Amino acid sequence: MTQTRKNYVRPLDLKHGQVDMAHGSGGRAMAQLIEELFAKHLGNEYLAQGDDGALLPAPGQGRLVMATDCHVVSPLFFPGGDIGCLSVHGTINDVAMMGAIPLYLAAGFILEEGFKLADLARIVRSMAAAAKEAGVPIVTGDTKVVERGKGDGVFITTTGIGVVAPGNELSGRCAQAGDAILVSGTLGDHGMAIMAVRESLGFESPIISDTAALHSLIAAMRASGADIHVLRDPTRGGLATTLNEIAGQSQVGMMLQEKALPVNPAVNAACEFLGLDPLYVANEGKLVAICAAADAEKLLAAMRAHPLGTNAAIIGSVHADDHHFVQMTTGFGGKRIVDWLSGEQLPRIC
Amino acid sequence: MKYIDEFRDGEVAVGLAEAIRREARPARRYHFMEFCGGHTHAISRYGVSDLLPDNVKMIHGPGCPVCVLPIGRVDQAIRLALEQGVTLCTYGDCLRVPASDGLSLLKAKARGGDIRMVYSSADAVALAQKHPDKQVVFFAIGFETTTPPTAVAIKQAAALGLKNFSVLCCHVLTPSAISSILESPEVRQWGTVPLDGFIGPAHVSTIIGSRPYEFFAEEYRKPVVIAGFEPLDVMQAIRMLIRQVNEGRAEVENEFSRAVDRNGNLKAQALVGEVFEMRKHFEWRGLNVLPYSALRIRRQFAEFDAEKRFPLDYRPVPDHKACECGAILRGVRRPQDCKLFGSVCTPENPVGSCMVSSEGACAAHYTYGRYKDV
Amino acid sequence: MCLAIPAQIVEMRDNDNALVDLAGVRKEISLALVSDVAVGDYVIVHVGYALNKLDPEEAAKTLALFAELGQLNDDTPTVH
Repeated sequence: MTQTRKNYVRPLDLKHGQVDMAHGSGGRAMAQLIEELFAKHLGNEYLAQGDDGALLPAPGQGRLVMATDCHVVSPLFFPGGDIGCLSVHGTINDVAMMGAIPLYLAAGFILEEGFKLADLARIVRSMAAAAKEAGVPIVTGDTKVVERGKGDGVFITTTGIGVVAPGNELSGRCAQAGDAILVSGTLGDHGMAIMAVRESLGFESPIISDTAALHSLIAAMRASGADIHVLRDPTRGGLATTLNEIAGQSQVGMMLQEKALPVNPAVNAACEFLGLDPLYVANEGKLVAICAAADAEKLLAAMRAHPLGTNAAIIGSVHADDHHFVQMTTGFGGKRIVDWLSGEQLPRIC
Repeated sequence: MKYIDEFRDGEVAVGLAEAIRREARPARRYHFMEFCGGHTHAISRYGVSDLLPDNVKMIHGPGCPVCVLPIGRVDQAIRLALEQGVTLCTYGDCLRVPASDGLSLLKAKARGGDIRMVYSSADAVALAQKHPDKQVVFFAIGFETTTPPTAVAIKQAAALGLKNFSVLCCHVLTPSAISSILESPEVRQWGTVPLDGFIGPAHVSTIIGSRPYEFFAEEYRKPVVIAGFEPLDVMQAIRMLIRQVNEGRAEVENEFSRAVDRNGNLKAQALVGEVFEMRKHFEWRGLNVLPYSALRIRRQFAEFDAEKRFPLDYRPVPDHKACECGAILRGVRRPQDCKLFGSVCTPENPVGSCMVSSEGACAAHYTYGRYKDV
Repeated sequence: MCLAIPAQIVEMRDNDNALVDLAGVRKEISLALVSDVAVGDYVIVHVGYALNKLDPEEAAKTLALFAELGQLNDDTPTVH
């Protein structure tokens, strides 16, 4: 049986090749990139349709949730993950935090001229694995190429759609005085994993990013029957920023117990070296849950029973406060405010 | 973490708080200045003030090198990057300090300046080695703790024969700052700043030892207790200060005996003496020009002096008229007393130096203690 | 000012450097400012340099002082 020669097209050189402007120009080179790299790894019935958009079934009951995330992380590859799986997890989480079941993802790539195809392949394979493990396919996408110097290797934007059943909607506006505040695990892992490998800082550390899709954890939490009011993932700006956002939205105050915060000893140590506060360091595989006080223990048990929630903890409570302050009783006994971050947290010497 | 966690133990704190309460005479008020920004930070971050009795108050001092760094010096660093095209290496602390023309080092970077954050002066030397075609300048700030690392870097550059490495030296001296506070009219003549004693800096003292503070204790009759940076260290030091005041003593005591002795680190002192000498005058933000308060690079190492290699005159820049940083640095006013605090001047838009660094009195109060005012 | 932390030397390296460890996080730092340090010693680390060796006996003494209940005429604290 003869194999049809594919029109004398040389396969992509994934070992030594680089992205060039032709890959973004809509011509044969781009089609090849899509076929041999993207579609090959991300392949599913929707992508296979080969159209500019994906034709999806309409949801039955409930409402749609849509979320989008742009990813510009540097370095692209870090201990525990890469920009690829990060972009899949991040958007799945955004959709899931609204109370929705994530269903489909779209992915847009802005590639810099000169970016190594080997690295791109690695990223795409990672996205494929993450999407497969999460059970959420990437059904449509786009690629553009910018000139050398105008990008940072690759930028990825992912958009996700999910469906939330009536009554399951969650919002940052729903925290109430008396509610319990829980967190699903150790804080600051992702941010410190990145910080530790940034060239100029030269730390050797066992810290790995916690990047993960949390929708199955959330399903387990729902199944416990606990009365959950708010879910959010504390990404950029860390737990402190997320809690301040929620406090502002819900118009309440919060009181945390520093002793209850789960933090990896290595993360603490890395923060000590650099003068950083783990409360403000990014997480990519953790969530904050605010629930009715009576259900706190039940919810905690459900979280701890799930592999992504083994270090879950009750860390504080919500109370009425016109100033919407997030405060904390320190491990030392005194009180402090846990305020908004001003700009990015930078390592300091003083 | 060993030698850290034990010194943050909340249960021991309860006992110490009780001991302080018993030793502080109820009829008397105690005011102590913690000189060092690291102590200000520890007090705020752990809520130490909550554990002190009402008659014991802490005043924040000027020991924050970023807070006392004049705008004119940041301007020099920015000019080096934008006008001279150098690769400017700086510690993270300086990146957001607002300078002239609405710039900061971070903003200058956005404008195309090659500005890099480094963790160590050694990184700057390594960068110069790696890129012989670039002129690398290290923006050296800090008190006596941070000066020896700069000295080592300069000697290393000399040993390597580097032709493209220099240092913009803005190192300042602790005793001068303490003097300026003790000499201020509010303290010396008018007594409007009641100052009963100092908590001496921790890591500066590992280098200079406890001896330099003996002068202040004797001359000004104020006790000094050198304290480690952990909250239990600070509380113990406060207890020791209260005891000295009660007993009418004015001595130098060392709570941080695990890392500080009377003589300090002689090897580091020798290295500093080899590379640097005192400047006759230096402008401090908030404290004006102080004599013999800062360092410059010696003639033998002139080729590593950025102020000699590049055309860099120093242009002083006055602070905003309503900014109370000077008074706050001297302990005469509190952040809440400044009209700009929290309205115009915030950590996002710092007007004065006390808000710029996370250890500055205003930043610390805004970030950690503001809720107590409302 | 001067953010510095006590870390343990776990390995000596070339060029007067050493590898220090704090709860599993490791960094190579310079020993140019200290002398007579060995693997196992704790040093105070600031901006990539060891400033001083930490004295474990003094540390223990200080911790003991914290725990003293203390009366007005207590033991005289360390005076230098």
